[in-house]
Amino acid sequence: MSISRRTLLRNTAALGAFAGAGLPHIWIKNADLAYAGGGEIKVGVLFSLTGTTAIIEESLNKATLLAIEEINAAGGIKGSKIVPIVEDPASDPATFSEKARKLVVGDKCVSVFGSYTSASRKAVLPVFERQNNLYWYPTLYEGRECSKNVIYTGAVPNQQQDEFVPWLVKKFGKKFYLIGSNYIYPKEENNYCKKLLEKLGGEVVAEEYVPLGHSEFSSVINKIRSTQPNVIFSTVVGDSVVALHRQYKAAGLDPEKMPMASLTTSENEVAAMGGEAAAGHFTSAPYFMVHKSPENEKFVEAYKKRWGADKVTHFVSEACYFQTYLFKQAVEKLATSDLTPPNIRDAVKGQSMIAPQGKVEIEPENLHTWLWPKIAQAKSNGQFEILVEAKDWLKPVPYAAYPGQSCTEKGLVEKS
Amino acid sequence: MDQFIEQIVTGLSIGSILLLVALGLSIIYGSMGIINLAHGEFVMLGAYAAWVFHTYLGLGLLASLIPIFLVVAAFGWVIERYVLSLLNNRPLDTILATWGVGIMLQQAVRLSVGSELRYVQLPPALSDSMDVFGIPVSSYRVFLFVVSIALFGATWLLMNRTPVGMKLRAIIQDRSVAASFGINAKRVYALTFAYGAGLAGLAGALVSPLKSVSPDMGTGYVVDAFMVVVLGGVQSLAGTVASAFILGELSGGIAFLQNDTVAKAIVLLAIVVLIRFRPEGLFTARVRA
Repeated sequence: MSISRRTLLRNTAALGAFAGAGLPHIWIKNADLAYAGGGEIKVGVLFSLTGTTAIIEESLNKATLLAIEEINAAGGIKGSKIVPIVEDPASDPATFSEKARKLVVGDKCVSVFGSYTSASRKAVLPVFERQNNLYWYPTLYEGRECSKNVIYTGAVPNQQQDEFVPWLVKKFGKKFYLIGSNYIYPKEENNYCKKLLEKLGGEVVAEEYVPLGHSEFSSVINKIRSTQPNVIFSTVVGDSVVALHRQYKAAGLDPEKMPMASLTTSENEVAAMGGEAAAGHFTSAPYFMVHKSPENEKFVEAYKKRWGADKVTHFVSEACYFQTYLFKQAVEKLATSDLTPPNIRDAVKGQSMIAPQGKVEIEPENLHTWLWPKIAQAKSNGQFEILVEAKDWLKPVPYAAYPGQSCTEKGLVEKS
Repeated sequence: MDQFIEQIVTGLSIGSILLLVALGLSIIYGSMGIINLAHGEFVMLGAYAAWVFHTYLGLGLLASLIPIFLVVAAFGWVIERYVLSLLNNRPLDTILATWGVGIMLQQAVRLSVGSELRYVQLPPALSDSMDVFGIPVSSYRVFLFVVSIALFGATWLLMNRTPVGMKLRAIIQDRSVAASFGINAKRVYALTFAYGAGLAGLAGALVSPLKSVSPDMGTGYVVDAFMVVVLGGVQSLAGTVASAFILGELSGGIAFLQNDTVAKAIVLLAIVVLIRFRPEGLFTARVRA
């Protein structure tokens, strides 16, 4: 058979078409073996069980495992069980990065749930971006990040402050004392707070940062006494929150005249400081344990049954819980052979569910979450009383403090 | 003027907490020369003991102070007897051993009672504030001040006016000569270490209602304690007191004028510079070497 130029062309084109269709098929088949082998879907769970932030991250680990166990008990995802691979990054950013690489490259996890602090998230970010894997981050954080490889299910500054700051100004007055722990999160939150205050004609009498883990607040309390603010706006984190509240109480200051308004004080911290030190102060968050909804009753009951009747749920553990269900919904949309981290990311865009706090949805543009801001006051029994519930859910705007920038599907866009 | 007095009182309060935490180390490191890196963990154990007595036995903080002292002291005795006494005269090994003991204690607490922050109640009688020179001060802080001075007094008497203290001082000057006079050095060392550990435990219990209780709370305290003892001068109890209050006033004052981050840095820097020019610390006990 002689090969004419025409048949050669035709055959080559056919071969090309075959290769075009076939090669990705081979590639997906490999991915298929890697990501969903033997009716199992491997995910990483990366919360510190030792070290400084284990205090809170332990509860995040528990909430994530609870959701995974529930999903598996209800038949898994289309017959496949979720297999959690738990690693302990020991509250150390370098260890976070190392363990993340192990989960993504070594264990071939299709997603990883993890991190509490911004420092640990920033440390694992390069791993997920380079490997094009997917990280699920449950914590409220400072915003100003736009990664295609992270699903952010915690609140960003606009979702915690847009309702809160005007409400505080109206109720208590315009003089704010800003106090935070000395790292990026409190600085960005205060940055946004100052912008809101400027619009409302408020005044910042002091802006001050204490070292992480700081526990001696007597000089701070003296300064608060001498500046007489209307509101103490607190983004102090971890065990410092406990020390600050207890010393405030012991110094005889009155929350009715000069309340602390916090973005970080949850049921977890209140349990450690005791109800009497927490009573009267305010927190803004999308979730509180006392929130009344059938979904929340179910969550709280299941959590206590699984981990102990004295345990509390809080605004980060709730996000851990619902983001695991969002993961399930996204995976359900995909054929087993399509199960790759980028496909899960695309599938989770616009996914919504009724979470314990209310209906949440992943914003397709920036992979952050639509949430329900709430303002609550701590009571002496260690729980909160929700005073204000947003009438509408709030869009996540991770660059709210930076009007020139916005996070879109194409990445960070600078408006001129 | 009011602010000035307020700040002086605050400094005294910070100083009294530093003194509480450093007193035990002043005995263990200052007198016995053992660099005890597990000191912070003894503080932590005291805080957890307060939590256990409160939560499981319903004892108030004040009622459980003596049991806490005994429990942590007994613990210190065990550590001295079965770890440190085997490493006599090997300071480097002792540093490593006490560091290891500290890590093990942290993890043991974490594994047995979990890593959540724990809650110790402020004694209800002391939960208000009172007037000191016309300044409102937390009653509990005043109480801590009194207790820290009292404990210092008791320790000074123990070291200088009791047979055990005399024997200890003899051993410190020359162990073999003291032993040849019939002093059981091992026993005195173990008792002294236990006493120092017990003081650390008391400190932990006493600060727990003002601060927070967690497995790694000791890390900060051990640094504070060493700063105080080194600045005050090894082997000088009075130096420990003076340096605790100097550091208290200094860090409180700078924190008021600037902020706590700056205060921490400046205080550490000041100590480093001072140690450079006066390695023996501010106060030196006159000892014939």
